[in-house]
Amino acid sequence: MKLGHIGADFRIVSRTYFRNPVALFFSLIFPIILISLFGAIFSATSSSAVNLVVVNEDHNPTGIGYTPESVAFLQALNATTLVKVSVVDVNAQNFSNYLGQNGDTTGLIIPAGFQSDYTNSTPVNLTIFTNPQDAAAGGTVIGAVQGVSAAFNLHRACGSGTCVPVIGFTTRNVGSQVYKYIDYLIPGLIGFAILTSPMFSMVDIASSYRKDGIFRQLSLTPITRSEWLTSRILWYVALTFVTSTIMIGAGVLLFGAHVTLTLGMLPFLVVGPFFFVSLGMLAGSVAKTPESAALIGNIITFPMMFLSGTFFQVSMMPAGLQTFAHILPLYYVIDGLNQVMLFQNTSRAILDLLIVLIGSVIIFLLAVRLFKWRDE
Amino acid sequence: MAAAIEVDGLVKRYGTLAAVDGIRFSVAPGSVFSFLGPNGAGKTTTTEILEGLRKRTEGEVQVLGLDPWTEGEPLHRRIGVIPQDFRFFEKITPKEAIEYYRALFHTDVDPIALLGKVELADKANSRFDTLSGGQKQKLGLALALTNDPEICFLDEPTTGLDPHARRAIWAVIRSLKKEGRTVFLTTHYLEEAELLADRVAIIHHGKIIAEGSPAEIIAQHGLPARMTVEGSPALAAYLQMNLGAAAVVEDGKVSVTLNDKGDALKILTAIEASGLPWTSFTTTHDTLDDVFVRLVGQMDEGTLKSENAK
Repeated sequence: MKLGHIGADFRIVSRTYFRNPVALFFSLIFPIILISLFGAIFSATSSSAVNLVVVNEDHNPTGIGYTPESVAFLQALNATTLVKVSVVDVNAQNFSNYLGQNGDTTGLIIPAGFQSDYTNSTPVNLTIFTNPQDAAAGGTVIGAVQGVSAAFNLHRACGSGTCVPVIGFTTRNVGSQVYKYIDYLIPGLIGFAILTSPMFSMVDIASSYRKDGIFRQLSLTPITRSEWLTSRILWYVALTFVTSTIMIGAGVLLFGAHVTLTLGMLPFLVVGPFFFVSLGMLAGSVAKTPESAALIGNIITFPMMFLSGTFFQVSMMPAGLQTFAHILPLYYVIDGLNQVMLFQNTSRAILDLLIVLIGSVIIFLLAVRLFKWRDE
Repeated sequence: MAAAIEVDGLVKRYGTLAAVDGIRFSVAPGSVFSFLGPNGAGKTTTTEILEGLRKRTEGEVQVLGLDPWTEGEPLHRRIGVIPQDFRFFEKITPKEAIEYYRALFHTDVDPIALLGKVELADKANSRFDTLSGGQKQKLGLALALTNDPEICFLDEPTTGLDPHARRAIWAVIRSLKKEGRTVFLTTHYLEEAELLADRVAIIHHGKIIAEGSPAEIIAQHGLPARMTVEGSPALAAYLQMNLGAAAVVEDGKVSVTLNDKGDALKILTAIEASGLPWTSFTTTHDTLDDVFVRLVGQMDEGTLKSENAK
C-alpha cells in the first residue's frame, strides 16, 4: 500500500463528491431533514399523558364560564401530568356518542351544582367514561380522578390549613437516566448514514466504472485494488464524521437530545464505513449488470435500514425480528454507538466493535479478491 | 534489436468461438504498426491481450520482453494505452486527471505542457463531462503519455471524430514516432493506416490475411495499375488487336492494364494511331482500401462457400 497512491485517489473522490450537488445534498442536508422529521414526529407524541375529554356542566350562576371549584378540580387533574384535560361543550346525554365518534377512550362529566354541593359537603357524583379496550388509559384516568378527589375531600373535611395527612410521602429521583426517542434516534441515524451512503454509491460505482472502462483504465496504472478501495473507505470515514457532527448538532439544537460526545464514538465511525464500503464493492462486483447490482444492493440494504435500530430501538421489536436483527452487521454499529453515546457501557461497546471489525476485514479481503478490473 | 512486440500462435477463444485464431506478427521498436480490420475482426481482443487486460487462451506474447498477463505491473509503467471510447471520472478536469496519473506513476511531467502537446491546454480546467468526443480522446492520449511510454497502444483513436480532430490526433501520432516511441495502432480507417503506418497487418475473422508495408500489401494483393480512356468498344477491339493487351470496356470507358510504366506511352500512341474518337485519360492504381475490400470480400465468399459445402 502506497500512501501517495491513496492520497492521489482521495483527491479525485473528494473533488468528484464536492462537484456533485446530489451527493452533497444527501450527505449534508438530508441528515438534518431526517433528524427534524423523525424528531418532530416522535417527540410530539412522546408525552405519556392520557387525553381526558371533559364536559363541565357546573356553570357560574351568571351563565358565563365555570365555577371556580370545578375549574380548580380540573387544574389539579392536569397538574398530576397523568392526564391532559380538554373541556368540550357537549350535552351530557350525547357525551358517550361524542367520545366514540372522536376516537377518545376516556371522558369525565362534572355535574351541575358541583361547587355548591362540595362547599356544603353534600355528596356529589362525577361520571368517568373508560374504554375496556384501552384499560391502561382508563386506569390512569380513574387513578388520577380518585387522587384529586381524595385531596379535595381531605381539604373539605379538615378546613383550610389545619389538617395534616397521616401518611405522607416525599419523592426522590432514581439514578437511571430516562432516554427520549431523540436520544436513540441520533446513534440510529448515524448508523443509517454509515450504511446507506457508501452502500448505494459503491454498488453503483462498482458496476458503472466497470461498464465505462474506468477500472480497466486504472488497472493500467500502478494503483492497486486495495489502495483504491482504501481511498474510498477513508473518504466515507471523513464523510461520516461530517454527517455525524451535523446530526448531533441538529439533534441537540432542535430537540435537546442527550448524547455523550466521547472518543469511544470514533472507532465506530471508522469501522462502520470500512465495513459498508467493502460490502458495497463486493455486492457491485458479483453483479453482472448495473441493474442487478442495484437489486443486490437494495436486498442487502433495506432490511438493515429499518431493523438494526435506526429509526426504532431493536428492543421494541417482536422477539423474532430481534433475533433477526442480531445477524445484521449494522445492528452492532448502532448498538455500539448507543453503548458509548448513551449507556457508557464500554465492555459491550468493545464486543460490538470487535464483531464489526472482524466482519470488515473479511468483507474487505473478499471484495479486493472478487472485484476484477481486467477480464480473464 | 529485439522486437518491441512479438506474437506467435496467439489464440483467444470465448467458448467455442475463436476471436483470435492463431496470429503471428512482430513490431520493430520505433515503428508505427497498424492493425487493420472490420469491426469484430479481433483487433480489440488482440490489443487488450498485448496490454495485459485480457488473458490469452494459447500462444506466445512478449511486449518489451515481458508477458503482459503475468508481468502487467512492470509492463504498465513502460506502455501507454488509450482504449476505444476513452472515459474518465466525469467531474474531473484534464489538468487534475494528469496530476492524478503523475502521482500514480511518480513522474514530474508538467500537465499544461502535456495538454499543449495534444492541443488540449485551453480545456485544462474544464470538467471531463463537458468535453467533446475529440477532446476526451485527446485527454486519453495525454494520460497515456504521462509515464513517457516506450510503446503507445491506440485502439481506434479517431473513431467517431470529426476530420479536424482526427488530423490533430494524427499529428500527435507522427510526433510519437519522431520521439522514437513504438506505436501500435488499430483502426478501421484504411486512410489512417496508409498515412501513418510503417507496417500494416490486416486481420479478419481472427486471422491475419495480409501483412507488410502499405506499398508491399498493395503490390502483393492489389490489381496492377490501369490506364482508362473514354472511348467506344471499337477502340477496345483495336487496342487488343494491336497491343495484345486485354482491354476491358465498361460504361463507355476502356481500361488497359499497365504492366510497366513504359506501357502508358505505347497505349496512348496506339490510341492516337487508331484514329477513333476518345477523350480524357486517367491512370489508376489500387489503394489499401481496394485491397482491403477485395481481401475481406474474398475471405467472406470463401467462408460462405465452405459453409455451404458443409
